[in-house]
Amino acid sequence: MSGVLLAPLAAAPVIPDFGRGSTCIRDNKLFCWDWVQSNWGGTLRPALIQHIELTLIAVVVGFAISFVLALAAYRWSRLEPPVGIVAGILYTIPSLALFQLLVPVTGLSRTSAEIALVSYTILILFSNILEGLRNVPADVRDAAEGMGLTRWQTLWRVELPMALPTIVAGLRIAVVTVVSLATVAVFIVNEGLGAPIYAGLQNAFKTELIAAGALTVALALFADGALVLLQRVLTPWARTARS
Amino acid sequence: MNDFVDGIKFIGDNSGLLWHLTIKHLELTGAAVGIALLIALPIGIWLGHLHRGSFVAISISNVGRALPTLALISFGVAILGIGFLNSMIALVILAVPPVLTNAYVAVEGVDRDAVEAAEGMGMTPLEVLLRVELPLALPLIFAGIRIAVVFVIATATIASVAGGTGLGDIIVDQATYRLPGVIGASICVAVLALLAQLLFALLQRAITPRGLRVQKVRPGRPESAAAVPVITN
Repeated sequence: MSGVLLAPLAAAPVIPDFGRGSTCIRDNKLFCWDWVQSNWGGTLRPALIQHIELTLIAVVVGFAISFVLALAAYRWSRLEPPVGIVAGILYTIPSLALFQLLVPVTGLSRTSAEIALVSYTILILFSNILEGLRNVPADVRDAAEGMGLTRWQTLWRVELPMALPTIVAGLRIAVVTVVSLATVAVFIVNEGLGAPIYAGLQNAFKTELIAAGALTVALALFADGALVLLQRVLTPWARTARS
Repeated sequence: MNDFVDGIKFIGDNSGLLWHLTIKHLELTGAAVGIALLIALPIGIWLGHLHRGSFVAISISNVGRALPTLALISFGVAILGIGFLNSMIALVILAVPPVLTNAYVAVEGVDRDAVEAAEGMGMTPLEVLLRVELPLALPLIFAGIRIAVVFVIATATIASVAGGTGLGDIIVDQATYRLPGVIGASICVAVLALLAQLLFALLQRAITPRGLRVQKVRPGRPESAAAVPVITN
């Protein structure tokens, strides 16, 4: 089982064996391009793809849950305090602890990792969706009503589009947070960019640590930028207003 | 469920060890947050007072959020090696952004009328800062400190892989402590983080000037939602 994999660092070999390779690799220099090139296909790319999968699943599921909860709390405001408190508690529990606390329930599995990652998105997404809906000006709502739109139509055609910037802002925070926390999931499931980071930590192999760490940061920044573009595409009216 | 019972038993049987590690955990947290405050508070408050540098002050928290903790710790290990120093630096780097951004937003956002009234009364810029802006900004500044504390408690757990000492020592060492130990220590860390969150929320309420308490509270808004400010840019 992967649990056995997680030997303490003290158990790392005294003379680390970084395999045969260039002098750069054997001397464990700060960064060796040749290691990245020869391990891209076998280690780094699969880890990156797994990391994207872990993140996408968590954000999509988290968004679906938060969306339903936020719509319910928008309709019935009494629901907001209990949802906020539970989401706040989940958000506060340190990631390493939450991953481990799920092991007795769902095992050393991707499911455990996803449950924990989803639970971190709820507070962010719920707060932002609800806040976005509440910030729609009352005049706009009245105008929609005056035009004869039903409550449901008002929600989908007027309120949600207007709330979009705040919702996307929440999505950006959620995605970046999940990309970051998904590296910690390596302590229960040997997947994602946390895997090469953990492997690098165990024998202090610098190139692997830096390459995997940099890929994680790059993924977070890339996802953030992609969401900014998405928001621009989805809210063309904001662009015309600005120019 | 049995694993949780064993975890609780582990806490009972090893209370001495857990207590020791909790103290170490809090020492690391306190030192990291303390250094971060010394760096971030003066910069954030000063920029806010001058109404300058909003781009830097706001985007530092976005950049900070994009820095995966484990990646940051791994950079530290690659450059500095395993040890206390590298955990400490990583934790300080992670604690600075929320404190700096909140301090900036708090001071920058103080009601202009209040500042102008103070200036009209003949206060010097320093007096305006100390007697008007800071008291009004205090709750939001404190919210930033609270976010940093809770964040650092959580991250100090992970710092155990890089030589930081704390409750994470048990969680990352399943080979020695087995699942009950890991579960027990995880419960302790979770409780520690929640207690810190609660304590700081109460403190934040206590230091909020009475005049601010009534207008800030919006009906039906949970206190916990303040942990993540709604950010629109």
